[in-house]
Amino acid sequence: MKKSRLPLIITISLLVFFYLPVIVLVVNSFNAAKFGSSWEGFSLIWYHKLFHHREIWAAVRNTLFIAFGATVLSVIIGTTAALALHRFQTGLQKAHYMLIYTPLVIPEILMGIGLLLFFVAIGMQLGLFTIMISHVTFCISFVAMVVLGRLQNFDYAVVEAAQDLGASWPAVAWRILIPLLSPGIVSGALLAFTLSIDDFVITFFVAGPGSTTLPLRIYSMIKHGSPPLINALSTILLLVTFVAVVISQNLMEEDET
Amino acid sequence: MAKVNSKKTNEWLLTLPSLVWLFVLFLLPTVMIFAIAFKPPDMYGGFASGWTLNTLKDLAQPSYPIIIWRTIYLSLITTILCILLAVPAGYCIARLKGKWRQIFLLLVVLPFWTSFLVRIFAWKVLLHPDGIIKKSLVFLHVIGPDTSLLYNAGAVLLVMVNNFLPFAILPIYAAAAKFDFRLVEAAQDLGAHRFQSFMKVFIPGIWRGIVTAILMVFIPALGSYIIPDIVGGTSGEMIGNKIAQRVFTDRNLPHASGLSAFLTLAVLVPMIIVLIMQNRKKAAPIFEEEA
Repeated sequence: MKKSRLPLIITISLLVFFYLPVIVLVVNSFNAAKFGSSWEGFSLIWYHKLFHHREIWAAVRNTLFIAFGATVLSVIIGTTAALALHRFQTGLQKAHYMLIYTPLVIPEILMGIGLLLFFVAIGMQLGLFTIMISHVTFCISFVAMVVLGRLQNFDYAVVEAAQDLGASWPAVAWRILIPLLSPGIVSGALLAFTLSIDDFVITFFVAGPGSTTLPLRIYSMIKHGSPPLINALSTILLLVTFVAVVISQNLMEEDET
Repeated sequence: MAKVNSKKTNEWLLTLPSLVWLFVLFLLPTVMIFAIAFKPPDMYGGFASGWTLNTLKDLAQPSYPIIIWRTIYLSLITTILCILLAVPAGYCIARLKGKWRQIFLLLVVLPFWTSFLVRIFAWKVLLHPDGIIKKSLVFLHVIGPDTSLLYNAGAVLLVMVNNFLPFAILPIYAAAAKFDFRLVEAAQDLGAHRFQSFMKVFIPGIWRGIVTAILMVFIPALGSYIIPDIVGGTSGEMIGNKIAQRVFTDRNLPHASGLSAFLTLAVLVPMIIVLIMQNRKKAAPIFEEEA
């Protein structure tokens, strides 16, 4: 029986559709021309300018600070949430699951405005701290889902056996849970970290004066700034996320074998 | 009895951190969106005490129905296009073997990891009057030199499909990977055409994946804000843009709340329909693949 080639042709066209804009952008970041309409020779001038752009470095610092904090907190909270969801089948867990699942589908702008209203209502000063809290809020759900996926073939009897033999909670967590769950936790952490670094919408709503992150800086550059600089910055970001993906893919493959 | 109690304690210990965090910082803020729509604004960009129905009256402005209608139809067309493209793609990837399947899957997932802003910016460059798409189309006489590819609803639609498509492919692929393709072959042996067997055997077989895909595209699409903001111009504005304008331009939080409350209701309707259709076990698989 002959198979239709149509699905393969559609799939390959879709991949071109996904990657064409990104490829044009990367190529243009090495273009000496100020406006990317024609090729005027290979150049690293935009990278050079980027590295001397003080505001960008300040934004990078803020972004990394927020991402580290949000990752640590959301990994702890998300992992305990996944353990609870995996271990118990109660009414409480049904409600718990709903509360974790909904932030994944709700539009970001609603979470952004909700958090803004909340911070204004309790009189909290907007800044790095409010951004970090907001990032933890959306990262928890992603971490919980990733760890939950990894937990499918985890046998909770190991934990109970250890407890029956007298192990305390910290000992169980440190000697059993963390080693067994580390591939899931690391891929959850990488996801949380990249989501935090990349977030624009929620950050935009809860940011205050002096708390500009990299996506906020990129946004204002898109609105008013120089396109070649954004091309160069975007290429660096793509490289960073690509490395993160390769690491997390390797972790998952090790886990499967 | 002690065992039962410690089990309950364990459950609460593991559940409390996320439960409390999301209750205070997700559920409560969502409820506040509805409450603050009934508060009067104050002069400092916050809201005053007391209650008012003024915001509701303001929302009856004639410009809103156009924007609401545009938001709904752009999201609907985006969803339809994404599903139409994702079904053959999911089918194709699920039929690939070993290494190729891994490579294609990675290529679909990779955009999830790249900066959202960067991808939209890349489209702005491509569609720009000096960009290669415009130049090629003018060269091929498909469009005149005065046609603008940027700052209209069409540009918003194109970039939305590009952005949301992976969210549709993954759940459909996840369902197709579990599908038994011998059923399609059996249907063809029994005399069904290729297309007929695809529509009558494959599509019902992956129906749950399609429903998840619709949810994963339609709901976030309703709340789109950056895409219309960067490539849409005034003729491509959606509700999200109006919410942001009320917050950042006029500093009128109750007004922004009113619009957000409307958007929340619009989002809840399809979610509740799907939640009734799907139980918790079947709603999860997309994220296993995504990780």
